[in-house]
Amino acid sequence: MSGVSNSQSGELEKRCTTSEVKPCYAYEVQSLLFRYQSMESMSHNWILNDLSFQVDEREVLGIVGPNGSGKTSLLKLLARLASPQQGVVRLFGRDLTGMGQDEMARVVGVVPQESQQLFPFTVAETVLMGRFPHRSRDRWGTGFGWESGEDVAIAEDAMTTMDVIHLAQRAVTDLSGGERQRTMIARALAQTPKVLLLDEPTAFLDLQHQVEIGSVLRRLKVERGLTVILVSHDLNLVSQYCDRILLLDQGRIVRLGCPEHVIEQGALELVYRCRVLVDRHPETGLPRVTLPGRCMPGGA
Amino acid sequence: MKQPSVTGAPRSCADRLSGGQGAVVSDRGSLVQEAILTRSRLILILGLLSLTAVVVSLVCLHFGAQPIAYGEMFRLLMGAMTREQPGTDDAAADITRTILLQIRLPRVLLGFFVGCSLASVGVVLQALLRNPLADPYVLGVSSGAALGAALGVLCGAGTTFLAEAALPACGFAGGIMALVIVYRMATSAERLPIHSLLLTGVILNAIFSALIMFITSILDPNRSYGMMAWLMGTLTSPTYSGLVGVLVYLSISLLLLFRQMRALNILALGEETARTLGIDTERAKRSIFILTALVTGAVVSVSGMIGFIGMVVPHAVRLAIGADHRLLLPASALVGGTFLMGADTMARTLIAPTEIPVGIITALAGGPFFVYLLLWRKDRLA
Repeated sequence: MSGVSNSQSGELEKRCTTSEVKPCYAYEVQSLLFRYQSMESMSHNWILNDLSFQVDEREVLGIVGPNGSGKTSLLKLLARLASPQQGVVRLFGRDLTGMGQDEMARVVGVVPQESQQLFPFTVAETVLMGRFPHRSRDRWGTGFGWESGEDVAIAEDAMTTMDVIHLAQRAVTDLSGGERQRTMIARALAQTPKVLLLDEPTAFLDLQHQVEIGSVLRRLKVERGLTVILVSHDLNLVSQYCDRILLLDQGRIVRLGCPEHVIEQGALELVYRCRVLVDRHPETGLPRVTLPGRCMPGGA
Repeated sequence: MKQPSVTGAPRSCADRLSGGQGAVVSDRGSLVQEAILTRSRLILILGLLSLTAVVVSLVCLHFGAQPIAYGEMFRLLMGAMTREQPGTDDAAADITRTILLQIRLPRVLLGFFVGCSLASVGVVLQALLRNPLADPYVLGVSSGAALGAALGVLCGAGTTFLAEAALPACGFAGGIMALVIVYRMATSAERLPIHSLLLTGVILNAIFSALIMFITSILDPNRSYGMMAWLMGTLTSPTYSGLVGVLVYLSISLLLLFRQMRALNILALGEETARTLGIDTERAKRSIFILTALVTGAVVSVSGMIGFIGMVVPHAVRLAIGADHRLLLPASALVGGTFLMGADTMARTLIAPTEIPVGIITALAGGPFFVYLLLWRKDRLA
């Protein structure tokens, strides 16, 4: 597992040993074992089985794999929404188990896969909720906890970045899937996090917005120094926009590395158990995945 | 998509540099300002609702088996406030005074606070259970409280119903017992999933209702009639010392509940999201549930099972003013209090001198609303 991206991790290790005090990985995952509580009676079937990897700061990492490969569970462990039976997850050098809920929320912003909205909060209200982990002490304990002008400015900025500012007054219950998704990303950005975790960020988006999300994520990395980890089914999106890709199958890492290394015919066919075509994107030169057509052997 | 800037602060520089840009920015600023809850909007709406509550309470004091003229009413109220000793020469005025100050006023005040409490608890439970149909009765705490009081009656705590101080205490004990059972059952797993909590409430409600029916059926007819009326929800005129006790208790519990207003916004987004936004959800849920049970137990012991206020009022208020709990919670409390004062006045006067249990009126108003929600707003229900 750890030998997957030897050259890269070797380099990083060198940096680690030279400056031990300063954490150099955004995430450090060590021999993670995980399964859900309800599955504990069964003696086998770990959802995540002995996972170890590191995520560099200012990196866009894509997690891919077939259904049930443990992608979403891994994201939940990184967000500390679930805790592993064994193993350690470190965030900027600190063990997740030792971090407070607020502290965690100031560093990690999470965009859930499907967020069904029941209450008609406006888009602006929803994004502003991202400022909650930064709240100052409510001195009189009145429960109002008014947001400061700075909070509003940051929320506004996040809404502008995600192109939902014109929807500010609309109720989140009335938004289209794409608008809602962008609102949720804006809320995570309003947390001013260092790490952004996204579960299927483009699942409900049309082509235009898929491209926009992809380029926004890259821009966030460059301009705000964000580390972005996203789970996706869309191999092409991941290939175009991620620095590194982690390919999971049955709770184990199959490959981890740059798109050329992971989006590769042999690995994909092994994991997805079907035929795929991989060629080069005509503009970027990055790998491009095509499903077999109906006239091709192995297709249909 | 536009260029992001690292923080919002540098914008003020941009404002000064280019007027056109500045205009666009301030436009956007006002767009956001209009879309969020501001202090001035909060004060305006709560002010209007408070004013309405005062006006409605005066109307409620006016109506009764025998209406009291408004002029007379104001004079008597002012007199009571300035502790002016009434002249004992006029017997009729004395009777009016007693009716107003000893019977109607405490009952109207009690109605207001009971309504406030029910609506507040409704708001809180709807947010926490993420279920627009949640109501103080969902957890089974109210039927637990009712069962406690029914057991009190069975053991002979007073022949005149609710006259005895022991009954509210019994009701409260029952409410707490129900809460402990709900909580124990729901927390048998490591965490507290919301659907198992709802289910536990439903089961407890069924069991408690059966036991209450059983107790009612073996009581002698006189007492079982009183119990039926109380179970349907009835406000009575409390003594002032009793009233003050209830008001102080409810005020403290509600203020503690109100401290969670901003956290409720986040909790309403769902448990996982709330955790990623920095809320210790288990702790927040625990404290909110306990406060909820304290309020519900006390309310049930003084007024029986007044249903639907906790469901209808928060829902209607949310449709009118939005979902931010910092406005929704106090506004619903005011509307709930006003609504129950009005409903109770109808209960007193519709077929006076006979009184209808106020629970029947709230149920008749709330039932159709419930059906409307189920049929036409399916999309909003979990």
